[in-house]
Amino acid sequence: MTGLGATTPLGGDVASTWEALTAGRSGVSPITKDWAEQLPVRIAAQLAVEPAEVLPRVRLRRLDRSEQIALIAAQQAWDDAGLSDDLDKERLGVVFGSGIGGATTLLDQDDILEQKGARLVSPFTVPMLMPNGPAAVVGLEFGAQAGVHAPTSACATSAEAISWAADMIRAGRADVVIAGGAEAVIAPLPIAGFASMKALSTRNDDPTRASRPWDVDRDGFVMGEGGGSLVLERRDHAEARGARIYAVVAGAGLTSDGYDIVQPHPDCAGGGRAMQLALKQAGIDASEVGHVNAHATSTPTGDIPETRGIKRVLGDSVVLTATKSMTGHLLGGAGAVESIASIMAIVDGIIPPTINLDTPDPLLELDVAANEARKVELNAAMNTAFGFGGHNAALLFTRA
Amino acid sequence: MALSRDEIREGLSDILEEVAGVNPDDVADGKSFTDDLDVDSLAMVEVVVAAEEKFGVKIPDDEVANLKTVGDAVSYIEKG
Repeated sequence: MTGLGATTPLGGDVASTWEALTAGRSGVSPITKDWAEQLPVRIAAQLAVEPAEVLPRVRLRRLDRSEQIALIAAQQAWDDAGLSDDLDKERLGVVFGSGIGGATTLLDQDDILEQKGARLVSPFTVPMLMPNGPAAVVGLEFGAQAGVHAPTSACATSAEAISWAADMIRAGRADVVIAGGAEAVIAPLPIAGFASMKALSTRNDDPTRASRPWDVDRDGFVMGEGGGSLVLERRDHAEARGARIYAVVAGAGLTSDGYDIVQPHPDCAGGGRAMQLALKQAGIDASEVGHVNAHATSTPTGDIPETRGIKRVLGDSVVLTATKSMTGHLLGGAGAVESIASIMAIVDGIIPPTINLDTPDPLLELDVAANEARKVELNAAMNTAFGFGGHNAALLFTRA
Repeated sequence: MALSRDEIREGLSDILEEVAGVNPDDVADGKSFTDDLDVDSLAMVEVVVAAEEKFGVKIPDDEVANLKTVGDAVSYIEKG
């Protein structure tokens, strides 16, 4: 892992996001758009820095917001890795996903179709709304020719992307892979859809307190927008060019529940197996994993099954956190941003807090860095991500 | 009152800047949309639709292929 990039509700890059995470700041705020008034949910974790402040105007016009986020995060990761254009592009891959894709483009262009007719529909509609759009845009930007792939597994998407990227390198298909995920669907229909499932917090009058994983008063997740990107690189390739290595993707586990389209398995059976697979691939003992950046979205039904799985597989000395308490749920961008947080926890020896954890659920049974960051030396940290459809991903990072 | 060629070129230049990021200083009759101004086929669709709206003309799809340069487009719009 030689490069990191992100644009999130907490900051326009990794440094500002990490600073806000360790300081325990919430990125959740009211949605001030007119359309929010008719919705049961009127809060979200919106980008701290608008893509329009970063990308040229014509570029913006031709990219869905999720693609804009992907491009911004990937450019930062590329620059951070110190990569240059003389890289062999036939050995450069991209694995970049989005949970929902270009839904806002679809909705906007459908309005144009209905109101102004077919001829006024943008010729960029299809490349903007296709679910492989973020991957394709990043691949094109850097001229990747080893393969551009777009996993789509809801909220497990970008954790799965990192796993695929590591596989590409292990299989010898690429020397360098830009991985990540991006999401931007803070719009009436996606919010109404999640709200109809009763998946979202309705704490509209207290936005910064709405996302509260493991707290007894949690009432759903807060939708967020943003994304993260990580440059994975074959170790000898990174060493040969003297690159800074943040951490190592020591293991990854991907499983599926075969249980329910949206409900998590009550004992986290599939999630637990993903954690075991990651440990096995890394060849390290569960006791060496000091920290888990958990999926923990702040829903009444999801948070506790996960901690049962963590306790069963990793034991009860691991320190958890749920950075979604601050970023909201970035959906397809969550795994990438939370992996960056896991890696920075190893690098800086700081576990960011889980804010709003006033009264821990009695079923939690594990140690959480509640409300204050915790300084702790880490040799290995895990990130978990689970998605609608029963997708489970666990990533294990170790000190470089 | 009919627009002059200069006025049409200026209006076209505004559209090219807006939808395709073309520098207005580069817009001249002899410039090719694809070779000189980097306006690809998808961007050209946007240019055509915007020009139809701005100048109140119809530019059928089979006509677009003949509009290779800025001058071609100015002449077509001038004829109305």
